[in-house]
Amino acid sequence: MPTLINNLGELTNEQFVRVDGNELPSEGNLLLSVEQWQANREQLSGRTIGVWLKSDEFAEQIAADLEKLALVAIEFPKFADGRGYSTARLLRERYQFAGPVRAIGDVLLDQLQYMHRCGFDQFELRDDQKVENAVKTLNYFSEAYQTSVERPDPLFRRRA
Amino acid sequence: MYQYDEIDQKIVDERVEQYRDQTNRYLAGEIPEAEFLPIRLQNGLYVQRHAPMLRVAVPYGMLTSERLYKLADIADDYDKGYVHFSTRQNVQYNWPELEQVPDILAELATVQMHAIQTSGNCIRNTTTDEFAGIAKGEVADPRPWCEIIRQWSTFHPEFAYLPRKFKIAVNSRTDLDRAAIAVHDIGLQLVKNDAGELGFKVFVGGGMGRTPIIGSLVNEFLPWQHLLTYLDAVLRVYNLNGRRDNKYKARIKILVKALGTEAFAEKVAEEWAHLKDGPGTLTQDEVDRVSKFFIDPAYEQLADEEPAAVTALRQEKAGFDRWVTRNTMDHRVPGYCAVTLSLKKVGVAPGDATSAQMRAAAKLAEEFSFAELRVSHYQNIILTDVKKSDLPALWEAAKANGFATPTVGTLADMICCPGGDFCALANARSIPVAEAIQAKFDDMDYLYDLGDLDLNISGCMNACGHHHVGNIGILGVDKKGREFYQVTIGGESGGVNNEPSIGKIIGPSFEAEEIPNVIEKLLNVFVAQRHEGELFIDVVRRIGVQPFKEAAYADADQ
Ligand code: SF4
Repeated sequence: MPTLINNLGELTNEQFVRVDGNELPSEGNLLLSVEQWQANREQLSGRTIGVWLKSDEFAEQIAADLEKLALVAIEFPKFADGRGYSTARLLRERYQFAGPVRAIGDVLLDQLQYMHRCGFDQFELRDDQKVENAVKTLNYFSEAYQTSVERPDPLFRRRA
Repeated sequence: MYQYDEIDQKIVDERVEQYRDQTNRYLAGEIPEAEFLPIRLQNGLYVQRHAPMLRVAVPYGMLTSERLYKLADIADDYDKGYVHFSTRQNVQYNWPELEQVPDILAELATVQMHAIQTSGNCIRNTTTDEFAGIAKGEVADPRPWCEIIRQWSTFHPEFAYLPRKFKIAVNSRTDLDRAAIAVHDIGLQLVKNDAGELGFKVFVGGGMGRTPIIGSLVNEFLPWQHLLTYLDAVLRVYNLNGRRDNKYKARIKILVKALGTEAFAEKVAEEWAHLKDGPGTLTQDEVDRVSKFFIDPAYEQLADEEPAAVTALRQEKAGFDRWVTRNTMDHRVPGYCAVTLSLKKVGVAPGDATSAQMRAAAKLAEEFSFAELRVSHYQNIILTDVKKSDLPALWEAAKANGFATPTVGTLADMICCPGGDFCALANARSIPVAEAIQAKFDDMDYLYDLGDLDLNISGCMNACGHHHVGNIGILGVDKKGREFYQVTIGGESGGVNNEPSIGKIIGPSFEAEEIPNVIEKLLNVFVAQRHEGELFIDVVRRIGVQPFKEAAYADADQ
């Protein structure tokens, strides 16, 4: 089981089960692809459901359903594929999604702080990552210039 | 010159410690090579042919003598005693040890310098006209805007893993463009609208490399308040839609082309509609705060005429006269001029400077130019604020330090990338070709008679030597494992009449030994065909490539 941490670097275990195909388990928290969700959303009302976006799927595709979702996960097929950073910001800033946004896939310690600043608050670390280093890598920087989900006011609005 | 406050300093210091920690984890085997790669690139560290290469940012080309002394010390303490000034206003060390890079970065941070985002698929160092702030005819000083962009782009959390590298340049004069904004991912031209308000004309998708192309105009007038939110919108459209399957098709220029300028501009406008007027909107306070760092030094009130002693010496010494003609430039303040310290001495790789030369330049800046310097994309050092009456003394000092080659702007003032002698990506060497050309064309009178002429050399398609926008461009290519050189003519970065263009290939490539003769043939066509006052580029534009082509291949056809 991959290690799941929150934005403080602490272990959490909000498990959502990913399923293959169209046979969905009748109970438990599920993490569905956009396709699975769209094919089954009617009969899933009342269940705790998360949806995961592939890196080429945009926030827009699930924007109308966000109220029904308990979690959105964004997949990084490779850590160097940076689309997920924009997708997370759009979920937060444009579509006002307030639930957890989880990074899944090739999620490495050295990307955590930028991910957090873009609105991720859960990270499913790749197996080989040393989770005890996460607090450090999440906090390499104490300040930042830009506007971000973590701190909407850019530095120039905060300088004394 | 911008001065860090505590927060700016803290951000750079924290970066040094982050990179130190990452280097340690890499050396301990905790970060695999492939994953360390973007980390070190975004800290300026390439691995080159012989050793790592560290690229240090000189934001928008500005240096102080204090910083230059530090760069010289680093060259001595951590490298082989010299540096290379690149075509993008960066300084490169060719022989640092990977293990020592965190220490070098810590040294740089003590003088408010860094190597942040000088490589990798992220937003790179923003560049501008090397004469920014002192040139006549600027719409506004571009430097505060460059600094504002620098801060916005530094550790932008959303855009650190773009499909490819991303370069932004700012130009201010409307009559010419030394920043070459037309061949940048984003080119920003400062403009004023009819109401006299300041804003930017925004060009997107220009670039060199494999598919050279002039940027498309996507916004006629972007009011300055919206600069950063608009940049966010452009970058987001690119980050989400740029191609990631093929690194040769990953630059934003390919996306702009695929969508068409209009559709691309519309996508950006849609995105921007959500960001506009948000917290990223610039404030007058911030612009004022940053602009305060770029106020004039304590200029004296001087007459604009050339001092009598200078005129006399020009008449007396032809060498001094040549140097004043070629290596000094008009200043908007009467009695002052800008002086180029040439790094194009024959026999030395273009843009290379020893630590002794750097210290000498720093000292000259202290003595003659308010302790400030610039680095130019022509790979020279510039003293921006020299009193004309100081020119004789400065000339002597420049000569003594190998800075006085009086060829600025001529064929011999070549732009040249490090090429196959240093760069692992090269197809061919570029420095020996530059040297062979310099050696052949060493007659100053001939060079002056030719007038302004950009000759640019790159060792491969990556075009670090800007060959596409050279009036004459030379590109190293690999043919069955041997070095060959392709020649283009008619490129122009915008320095002449602000009409950028991409050079056209004249035909099959040449061997290295042939290049000086080929250039001579091209020049002969120019000299034979030119009208009074025409530059090389004007003639190519008027008569086309064909006559040059015929001349260049004449022997081969016989
Ligand atoms: S143009 Fe090619 S050879 Fe020259 S420095 Fe750039 S990558 Fe290296």
